[in-house]
Amino acid sequence: MALLPPEEGWYYKRVAKDEKMWIALALVVCLILFFWMIVWHIYGRQNPSFTTYRTTPQEFNALANAFINKYRTGEMNGIPVVEPPPNSDVFLVAKMWRWEPVLVLKKGQEYRFHISSLDLLHGFSLQPVNMNFMVYPGYDYVLTFKPTSTGEFAIICNEFCGIGHHTMIGKIIVKE
Amino acid sequence: MFRTCDITGLKVDLRAERLIQLNAVMAVVSLLVGVIAALLLVLTRWQVVHLLPVEWYYRILTLHGLNALIFWIIFFEVAGLYFGSTVVLNSRMSSPKFGWLAFILMVLGFLLVNYTILTGSADVLMTSYAPLQASPIYYLGIILFAVGALIGVFLFFANLLIARKERTYGDSLPLFTFGLVAAAIIATLTLATGAIIYIPTLLWSLGIIKSIDAGVYKLVWWGLGHSSQQINVTAMIAVWYLGAFLTVGGASINEKVSRFAFVFYVIGINVASAHHLLVDPGPSPAWKVFNTSYIMYIAVLASMIHAFAVPSAVESAQRRRGFTKGLFDWLKNAPWGNPAFSAVFLSIIIFGFIGGVTGVVNGMEQTNIIVHNTLSIPGHFKGTVVGGTTLAFMGATYYLIPLIFRKKIAFFGLAKAQPWVFGLGIAVLAVSMYILGAFGVPRRHYDITFSGGPFTYTFNPAVDFFWVLFAIGGITAVIGALMWILIVVFSVFLGQPVRGPQDMQLQIASPPPPAKEHHGFEAPGTLTLTLLFMGVFLVFLLLNWGWLAAMWEVK
Ligand SMILES: [Cu+2]
Repeated sequence: MALLPPEEGWYYKRVAKDEKMWIALALVVCLILFFWMIVWHIYGRQNPSFTTYRTTPQEFNALANAFINKYRTGEMNGIPVVEPPPNSDVFLVAKMWRWEPVLVLKKGQEYRFHISSLDLLHGFSLQPVNMNFMVYPGYDYVLTFKPTSTGEFAIICNEFCGIGHHTMIGKIIVKE
Repeated sequence: MFRTCDITGLKVDLRAERLIQLNAVMAVVSLLVGVIAALLLVLTRWQVVHLLPVEWYYRILTLHGLNALIFWIIFFEVAGLYFGSTVVLNSRMSSPKFGWLAFILMVLGFLLVNYTILTGSADVLMTSYAPLQASPIYYLGIILFAVGALIGVFLFFANLLIARKERTYGDSLPLFTFGLVAAAIIATLTLATGAIIYIPTLLWSLGIIKSIDAGVYKLVWWGLGHSSQQINVTAMIAVWYLGAFLTVGGASINEKVSRFAFVFYVIGINVASAHHLLVDPGPSPAWKVFNTSYIMYIAVLASMIHAFAVPSAVESAQRRRGFTKGLFDWLKNAPWGNPAFSAVFLSIIIFGFIGGVTGVVNGMEQTNIIVHNTLSIPGHFKGTVVGGTTLAFMGATYYLIPLIFRKKIAFFGLAKAQPWVFGLGIAVLAVSMYILGAFGVPRRHYDITFSGGPFTYTFNPAVDFFWVLFAIGGITAVIGALMWILIVVFSVFLGQPVRGPQDMQLQIASPPPPAKEHHGFEAPGTLTLTLLFMGVFLVFLLLNWGWLAAMWEVK
């Protein structure tokens, strides 16, 4: 009785059969969910990375520029296009309000992405595969991607980063 | 300083009553601001209308978040805490002076925050992630509000001590107040975390501290951000039990179980804030899995226990009144004409089936990749905090108005429909937002045609359909909320006074006759409903994991 003190002996009252069944079922499901996440680390192929380095905007910008100059193949709408070799380190810069560079990748190959921001928090949202990660200033987030489909993909910023936030869109091209 | 309520027989401390009234009024004012903002936002995000210009979109989004999610709910909760620790316990207010101080600080915070947002010096959204910066006045406003609320929480504890010492109630607290104790403990931890993050942020905005680390800010901020939502969940569940009791005389079939579930909330719930960092650089998988699952599932389990305990309280009472035919006779013959009952029941359904199910997917380390920062996230909390908490609080006011404001409910016919309009609107809105997010539509985004960007992207054409549902759901929910505000304001300021029990439009149910000896299940109908829920939950999980497995590989 929600507004009155409980009845005499409430603490020793036996739990009803159906309530007990429900609690047991709920507990089992919770435990399965817990172990499932660990199991996915071993057998699953989609896990958020935990490799992160501390960096500064200046340092990261320098690394990214060196990377862009090394593998640059052209330009698209004012943004350099870069085609790094498989299994290499890839640098992706987020800043108000663009992603740099445009990346050309090969399907089925691994790339070690280093993603960082030069100013505020940004959101890395890869469409249409719909994979979403956070991008921080001062943190070099290392995500090893293996594209499993070909085509053109958009990187949308999905963390508010000021007035031009909605114009912050980048591109990844995956070839066979 | 007391009056004795001629309807409930409870002693009411008039000084507490005044504070309950004032906090409740401020809650309604906050909600009104939040709802008007909501309408503007729906009409902006729905690209067909795209109403606001870009800077006003983010400004109004900030306004909406703070008023609808923070001010409305915390003002209401402070009113609820005073109510649960004085009126319910037949006791007195420990220090009305401090109650006034708390109220003044909170109103001051409310004014400063709304002022800075509307004048454009705090376009930082609700999370105000550093290094995004607002004017110092904004942070000061938040701090004043939090300090005020914290004083309110301490007064609640002080009231409890007095009631205990003066033996104004029996040996154990009533379940409603017990639930509020759990909420108040969580609130203390939450508001303290808020102070820990906002004080250095204020100093940083004043230029006294050089820089704020983005990662540290976000980690600590969510100790405030998500836990504050857990205060709401806990308070909402207390209101569910209260609703079951007032409307049908329902009591937990086992109070020990219900009380342990509240204790689980206190243990598990604060750490669960970690699920906001699942796709962030920094925390290790072990940290993420421990905090979000091992700990969070204590809270999830608690929610599932309440999800059985509240409907089974209703079922058991109804069965004892003779509604024993079949599985759902008790539900069919429930007092659906009582808006407090329909509000509580819809709140349970929406919170469980929409908020709960999606919350677990959002809170799992890997599936979070699909939803993080998409429109699914606000879709989820439309299910929990709006369809759940806000709707439950609305239901509670239908008793608060006659009992505390001593006024009849104006437009009673409208009041009967109000929970349905609001609940259905929010349910449609929440589901359509969740699906839009699943298609990758971002939250907090002005223009999903990306006009002015170097590239363009077109979402799956199916989203057009869900945007229409989004608009329909959003506008319906706004209408439902405005109906409620109209009823409340009219009743309180212009309504007819309640002179005694004959003026009560809502029933206060008498306790049902004692149970007859019986074998088998206490609440077979509730068990069926919860098993149905579990089925939906598992199917939804499997879909999400299957979908995750089809994505690019990442590690
Ligand atoms: Cu951005």
